[in-house]
Amino acid sequence: MSEAQKAPTLAKFASPVDRFHLEMEPLKDAGTKVAGIYCVFAPLELVRAAGAVPVGLCGKKQGPIPDAERVLPANLCPLIKASYGYALTNSCPYWAASDFILGETTCDGKKKMFEIMARLKPLHMMRLPTDTSAEARALWLAEMHRLADYLTAQTGIAVTDEALRREISIQNRIRTALLDLAACAAEPQPPISSLDLMGVFESRTFVLNQEGYLADLLALRAELRELSAKGVSPYKKGAPRILLTGSPIGRGSEKVVRLLEDAGAVVVALENCTGIKSVVGLVEEGGDPMAALAARYLATPCSCMSPNTGRFALIDDLARQFKPTGVIDLVWQACHTYNVESFDLGRHVTEKLELPYLKVETDYTESDMEQLRTRIEAFLELQAK
Amino acid sequence: MGVQGEAAGIDIGSRSIELVVMRGEEVIHTAKAPTTFDPIGQCRTLLCGVCAGRTVATGYGRKLFAEAFGSGTAANLGQVDDITEIQAYALGAARLFPQARTILDIGGQDSKVISLSPQGKVLRFEMNDRCAAGTGKFLEIMALSLQVPLADFGAFARAGDKRIAINSMCTVFAESEATSLMARGEKAQNIALGIHLAIMQRIASMLRRVGLEGPLVFAGGVARNACALDLLQELTGTQCLVPEDPDLTGALGACLHARKHMEDEHV
Repeated sequence: MSEAQKAPTLAKFASPVDRFHLEMEPLKDAGTKVAGIYCVFAPLELVRAAGAVPVGLCGKKQGPIPDAERVLPANLCPLIKASYGYALTNSCPYWAASDFILGETTCDGKKKMFEIMARLKPLHMMRLPTDTSAEARALWLAEMHRLADYLTAQTGIAVTDEALRREISIQNRIRTALLDLAACAAEPQPPISSLDLMGVFESRTFVLNQEGYLADLLALRAELRELSAKGVSPYKKGAPRILLTGSPIGRGSEKVVRLLEDAGAVVVALENCTGIKSVVGLVEEGGDPMAALAARYLATPCSCMSPNTGRFALIDDLARQFKPTGVIDLVWQACHTYNVESFDLGRHVTEKLELPYLKVETDYTESDMEQLRTRIEAFLELQAK
Repeated sequence: MGVQGEAAGIDIGSRSIELVVMRGEEVIHTAKAPTTFDPIGQCRTLLCGVCAGRTVATGYGRKLFAEAFGSGTAANLGQVDDITEIQAYALGAARLFPQARTILDIGGQDSKVISLSPQGKVLRFEMNDRCAAGTGKFLEIMALSLQVPLADFGAFARAGDKRIAINSMCTVFAESEATSLMARGEKAQNIALGIHLAIMQRIASMLRRVGLEGPLVFAGGVARNACALDLLQELTGTQCLVPEDPDLTGALGACLHARKHMEDEHV
C-alpha cells in the first residue's frame, strides 16, 4: 500500500518520541511529575488522578542488552535485560524524563531486576497477587491505596473520587476506541497494516495528552472506514490470518510481525500486552472507583497469573471475532511463564479451536531471521492447503 | 549436450545443494554440489546446460535463488518459485514412500520432523534450528575432532563396544567433553558411538514431541550414516524407510511442486 493510500492520521503515531518531547515541555514548566511505567498492570487512571503523568519506558530493542548483561544474567528474558539496559545507560528519553518508576511483582525475573533498578531511580513496587480470589482482590485494592499514598507524597495532590472518575472515563473511551480500531482487522481485507496498528496501540503510553490521543484514534477510525469502503488494503484477498499471542512485542522487537507481513499474512489480532490484552475490559463506572480500578487491572490475563484461564477465554473470543487461520505463540527466551503456558495453549488451540498452532521461541537479535522465516512460511503453507 | 527437462527442483541447504530434473513422471537428471561461500555460483554450475519449463527452489538459499534466477533472468529455468523445506520434504518423501506418516530430516544446519496425514498432507512440524547439537553439523565437528572422515564416521562408531553418555547440551561443550574422554584413554570408537547416541536421543525426543506415527522416513544427508540409522530404529522401536538418495528428497519435492504447478496450468 503506498503512503498516499494510508490513513493520514497514522502520521501522528509515527514518531512518538518527538510528540512526547513536544507535550512534555509545558508539563515540565508546570512541575508535573512523570511516572515511568513498564507494564499493563500499572493503573494509569490512578497516576493521573494524583496529578502525575504515566509514560511507557523502553525495553524492546537489542541495543542496551550487552550493557545490562554486565549486571544481569545472560539467560534472562530480553525484555527485562533491555529495560534495565536502557535505564543503566540512560538511553531512553522516557526514562530520562521520569521522576520515579512504577514496578509490579509480575514475573520473577522482573521483580528481581526491579530490586537492582531501584538503585538508579526511586521505584515503587506494587505487590501483585497471582489470582483473583477474594483475598487477592483485597490485597490488590490495598496496593492501589498504597500507590495512591506514594503518588500523593510525590505530587502533593490527594487522589479524589472525582478525579478518579474523570480519568476512568477517558481511559475507558480510549480502550473502546482502540478495540474499535482493532476490529478493522476482522474485515476480510483490513485497511491498515498489522505493524501500523501495533504502533497506534503502543503509542498510548507515550502520548501525554490523552484527550488528544483519543481524538486521533477517532479520526483514524473514520479514515479507515473510508479506505475500507474504497476497498483499499495492504493485503491480498485470502491472505492467511494470524492471531499472535505470547510475550509482549513492540517497535524494535516486532520481527515476527515483520516476517508475517513479508510472507503476506495479516496479524488479525495481537492478543499480547502491546495489543488487545492491554485494553480489553473496561473499568466499571458508577460504584467505588478505586475498587473498580483494582478489579479491572487484576483481571488482566497475564501469564504471571495462576491459573490464567482468562487468556484462553480471551483467545476464544478473539478467534470468534477475527476468524484467524492460525495461531502463533511468541515466547521470548527465558520468559518462563509464557513458555510453560504454551503447552496448554497449544493443546487448546489445536483441539478446541481446531486451528494450526506454532510456537516461536526467540530473542531480540536478528540472528535467527532466516530460520524463523522458514518456520513461519512453512506454517503459512500449512494453512494454504 | 544439455538436460531437456520439464520441471526442476533445487534444494540449497546450508552444507550442500541438490538438483533434480524430471520429464513426465521420470527423474532424468540429478546433481549435487557443496554450498560453499558462493551458493549462487554453485547453482549456476549445477544448472549449466539444464532446461526446464518451471523451477522450484527450496532450502535456506531459496530466496537468494529466486532473486538471482527469478522473474525471467534465467531463460532456461522457466518461472521460478520457492517453497519451504518442510513442504519439499513432505512432497518428496510422500512420493518415494506413499505410506509415510512421519518424516525425519537431519540436515547440515537444522533437523526437522514432519507429521503427515494419510493423504500426505503436512499436519505438524517441529524444527531444531538454533543449535548445532541435533544436526549434521554436530557429527561433522565431532568427526573432525576424532580425525575420522565424515563419510566413515557411522561405520567407525558402530565398531564401539561401550556406550558412553555425552551429557553436554552444546556442541562446543560436547567437543570438550569428548576431548576429556580421549585424555582419559577412552577408545575413539566408543566416544564416536556416544556422540551418535547423544544426537539421536535428542532427535528421538523431538519425534516424540510431534507424536511419532509409523512408517517413519529418514531423509537428509545424515540418513546415510549407518550408526545414526541403527540408533534411531532402536530408540524409536520403529523400522525406518530410507530413500536411496536421502539427501535428494528436498530437491525431488521441489521438482514435484514445479510439476504440479505445470499440471494446474494445463488443466
